[in-house]
Parts: sequence; C-alpha cells; structure tokens
Amino acid sequence: MSELNQQMIEQYRTRFLQEVEANVEEGEWVKMCMQCGVCSGSCPLGKHWAHPPQEIFMMIRAGKREEVLTSDSMWMCTSCYNCIVRCPRGLPITHIMHGLATYAKRLGLAPKNQPTAKFAQLFWDNLVKKGRVNELKLGLSLYFMNGFGEGIKVAMKQQAIGLGMLRTKRMNPMEVVGGHAVKDLDGFHKMIRKAQELEDARIKQNAG
Amino acid sequence: MTEVIATNETILVVGGGISGMTAALEAAETGKQVVLLEKRPYLGGRVSQLYKYFPKLCFPTCGLEINQRRAKMNPALRILTLAEVTSVEGEPGNYRVGVHISPRYVKENCTACGDCERAVSSEFDDEFNYGLSKRKGAYLPHRMAHPLRYVLDPRIIGSEDAEKAKAACKYDAIDLDDSGEDLTLNVGAVIWATGWQPYDANRIQPYGYDRIANVITSVEFERMADPSGPTGGRLIRPSDGKEARNVAFIQCAGSRDHNHLLHCSRICCMATLKQTTYVADAWGDDADISVYYIDIRAIDRFEDFYAKVRETTRARFIKSKVAKIEENKANGNPVLHGVDTEGYHRYANEHDLVVLAIGMQPSVPSDQFPVKLALNEEGFIEPAPENGAIFAAGVASDALDVNRAVQHATGAALKAVQVVNRVAGQEA
Repeated sequence: MSELNQQMIEQYRTRFLQEVEANVEEGEWVKMCMQCGVCSGSCPLGKHWAHPPQEIFMMIRAGKREEVLTSDSMWMCTSCYNCIVRCPRGLPITHIMHGLATYAKRLGLAPKNQPTAKFAQLFWDNLVKKGRVNELKLGLSLYFMNGFGEGIKVAMKQQAIGLGMLRTKRMNPMEVVGGHAVKDLDGFHKMIRKAQELEDARIKQNAG
Repeated sequence: MTEVIATNETILVVGGGISGMTAALEAAETGKQVVLLEKRPYLGGRVSQLYKYFPKLCFPTCGLEINQRRAKMNPALRILTLAEVTSVEGEPGNYRVGVHISPRYVKENCTACGDCERAVSSEFDDEFNYGLSKRKGAYLPHRMAHPLRYVLDPRIIGSEDAEKAKAACKYDAIDLDDSGEDLTLNVGAVIWATGWQPYDANRIQPYGYDRIANVITSVEFERMADPSGPTGGRLIRPSDGKEARNVAFIQCAGSRDHNHLLHCSRICCMATLKQTTYVADAWGDDADISVYYIDIRAIDRFEDFYAKVRETTRARFIKSKVAKIEENKANGNPVLHGVDTEGYHRYANEHDLVVLAIGMQPSVPSDQFPVKLALNEEGFIEPAPENGAIFAAGVASDALDVNRAVQHATGAALKAVQVVNRVAGQEA
C-alpha cells in the first residue's frame, strides 16, 4: 500500500464512485451502466474474470474500493472492443478497464506477478525509449520475463519462427542495437514527459 | 375516377390503423368532413394482426368491429385504401395534398364470394402473417378486412392467373385495366397517423434471427397464437414443427440500445407478459417460460398484470440482456449465452423457441416524409408549431400502446377540428 493510496482513502472515504470519476480514465461513464450484462456475455475471456465488467461497475457504485482495485479482473481485458461495440449505452468499457488497471497500479494495489500487468510494463518501457515498438527487444524481454533459464527454453522453442521471420525480412536483427525511432525523438520524449506531468498534477490535486 | 369532395374545411387523416381510424371517426362524429387514407387494402393496421390485447387479454377484433361499424354509418367519412400521400403544400387551413392510389383491380361491387381466389393458383408470402404463410394472388387480406373487398396482387397482372380471376367473377367486379390514379385534395388540416413497423431483427446480429430458424419476433409469435393465423393457433417451431413448450422471450430486442433504437418501445414488456399467457394456456403445467430482461417496465395498473402473470404462468424472469444466441445443430434449439445480474452467473440456456420482443420504429423513415416535419431523434413527429396544422396521432408521435395511441388520436382530432372551425369562421 502506497502513501498515495492512503491519501486517496482519506480524501474520498466512502465516495469511491467519485474517486473513480475523478481519477480513472473515462471513469465518469461508470454511473451510466444499466446492468444489462451484455459486456460480460460478449467478452471472449469473460469466464476468466473474477468479476465481469458489469459487476465491477456495480461494485464501484457499492463502494467496494479495495475489492475492485486489487482485483485482477480488469487486467484480463485484451482490448478486443466487443463490449464497447455491443454496449447499448455506449460505455467505453475497454478504456474504463484499462483506466482502472492503471489507477490501481499507480496506487500500488495491482496484483503482483499478474502476467498482463508485467507485459504492459515491458511494452510501455519498450515503447517510450524510441517512440516505436522494438519488436525484437520486446520479444526477447518477454522470453526472459520469468527468469533466465525459462527465457532460454522459450527462445529455443521459438527458434524456427524467429529464423523464418528473419528470412522473410519480417524481423531485422540490427534492431537489437538501438533500433528505429520516431522522427523527432526529443519532441516525443518531451510530449510524454508533459503528459506525465499533467497526469501527476491532476492526481496530486485530487489527493488533496 | 374516384370522386372525393374535399375543401379547406375537410380534415385529412393519413393512415387507417387504430389511431387513424379513431382520429377520423372522432372528427367525423363532430360533423366534420373527413378523408381517411390507408396504404394497405384494408383498415385496422397492426392492431388487426394482434391476437389479444394486454392487460385485459380481450380480442382486438371486438373494438375493430365497433370502429368499422362507426365508419360504415358515418356519411361524413370517406375512406380511400391503397392510397399514399405524395406531396403536401400550403399552410394551415389550406393544404393541397397529392395522393397516389395504387390499383386494386377489384371494383366496389365485389361481394367477397372468393371465386377469384379459388380460380388462381399463384401464391405469395402473406404479409398479414409476416410471411409465415402463403396467400393466393387474388385474396382477401384477412377475414375481417374492411372494406370487405378482394385484391389482386399486382404481380399476377398480365399473367394467365389474372384472366382466370376475371373469368371466375360472376359480378364482373374485376378490372384488369385499373391503373390506379393520382388525386389532389384540398384540405384544412392533416392528421398524420402512419404508425409503426417492427425493428429489423436481422440488424441485431448476435441474436441470429437471419440464421437460426427458431428465433422469431414477437409480431410473428402473435400471429402464431391466433387461431386464424398461419399455424391455426398452435405454438410450433418454424424449423421442424415441434411443439414449442420451452419458450424464451428476449426483451429490449432493438430498443434502448444506441446501436439500434435509442428509445424504449414501451409496449414490449407488456406484450411479452401477454404472450407468456399464450404459452401457459397452450401447455399448462408443461409450459416452461423464461423472460430475459433489463428491467420490466410495467407501470401503474400494469404492475398488477405483471404480478398476476408471474403467478399464473410461473415464468422465470432472468435479469440479463442476452449477449448472443447460437444454434444447437443437433436439435435446432437456440442456445442463449450471457451473464445474469443477480449473482453474475454465466449461463448457456437451451430453449425450443426464442421470441425477440422487437422494438417499434416509425413506419415512415425520417428521410422519406413527403412533407417537411419537425421530427425527434428517433423519427417520431414532434408537437412543434412549425408543423402548422399537420398533427401526429398515435405511434407516429411516439412509441405508445393501443390505449394511449387512441387517447392521443382523439387529442389530434380535436386539434384538427379547431383548425377547420377557424377556417369556417373566417369564411362565414
């Protein structure tokens, strides 16, 4: 539990819905859910969710702060967007799930060793370096996500695919040194820094 | 040539369903001259296709008969069937309305003996039964049709069947040279009562209406329950004719959904509650009824009906909007998938037959009005001053049940009477 988490608890107390509205991306949509359940029924990974989206929305309204933020449910979302397409009320459910996950992580409440959370971090770290995803490095970091020995094993298993990709020029081995970047890399970094500043300021203000 | 006497003290009613009939009769019974246009070959509209009304579970044929009798007795009312408005020009108290009348090919001296029907062999989907059965190329649209006059399907004109029908008619009532006609009517006020149509179920892709035989709509189920309907009142499955004892109803099929109709269609909850009684009446203790819903909208006196239905039909109410329907290929059963909201259980439920409680949308699409009217987001006519003396009646104004549509139509008739009275006052 982080200090920020304590601050937020004191700030919002039983008003968890308001906390979500103010701090979670697209959180202001939560109250629009009419509990029809189409999102949950349409989710291809639905049965792996401890709490399907419509239940999460109800839990938020019921003030079940800790259960929601420590849940690994929203980390199950694969961004297939089925729920957004089907939702009769047009709730951006996918974005809300990612918003909740991001907020939970910021508060230090995200479940430890959650594979999607680990992948998301690797993806983000990879992306912000050059403004482009370096697929070779991302692939390698994924292989070694669960330790060195495991990484070697996975790499051996994927060897044929890797060589095939090299042969068909789907993967450039030179990417391992540096790798390609966006045109104005400095500008990109500035932009990300600024966005982070704004986000931090907003959260800090909400934390009182 | 159709003789229609119309002046700027005449009220024109567009649409001869329950709302249009009501508005026309109410206005005509105050002594006003009224012309009633109906696109179909008979009056009564969608109400004539209902088996029973909610909540009294009485038969619409009863009220329809009373209205038809009122229409026959009133010399101030002129009815034109197969008629559609093509243009409207002018201002309150003085409109010129273009009307196109499609050929019926059967004259007024038809006695509805049915000889022409027996003489022809061609068959077409019966619109009255939403295509669940066939009818002949020469036909009486339904047994209570008003006017009680046969119709030749335009698709048989020029064929041998048309000649056979003509030859069979003892009264020389068939006119194969009928080419319809175009009229211009001068009227003082217009009542727009064009009603509704069921939402196109094919557009609700996850429900598979287009690919699963045993997924049907509520309007089709209504025809099926009618003893004079396509199955003789037997509740059977389209795929194999098996008795449908385990029936599921899906509420808000197309309604309250920003992918489909934004509005609540208002009738579907009550229509489903009514239809559960059809299943219970047919199978007694063997009936197995499920209703999938978001919330049951049965207000005021309807709440009593809801309570009564819950008790008598022993229907299960499952709080969940079904996410998708798949077909069990082995037995043709639709399988309903979703997550309920009372415990968040994931289900995959099999039923004999699934009825989509389909939403209602205006029968005239927003971009196809022959006159510019203020419409709301859903295409219903607004009670706006800029519509002049063109007044919506019934479902043309909003999704309404029959009771409220009739009340609304009476109000529209009063508005129209006020306009033509003003005209009469100015001319006196």
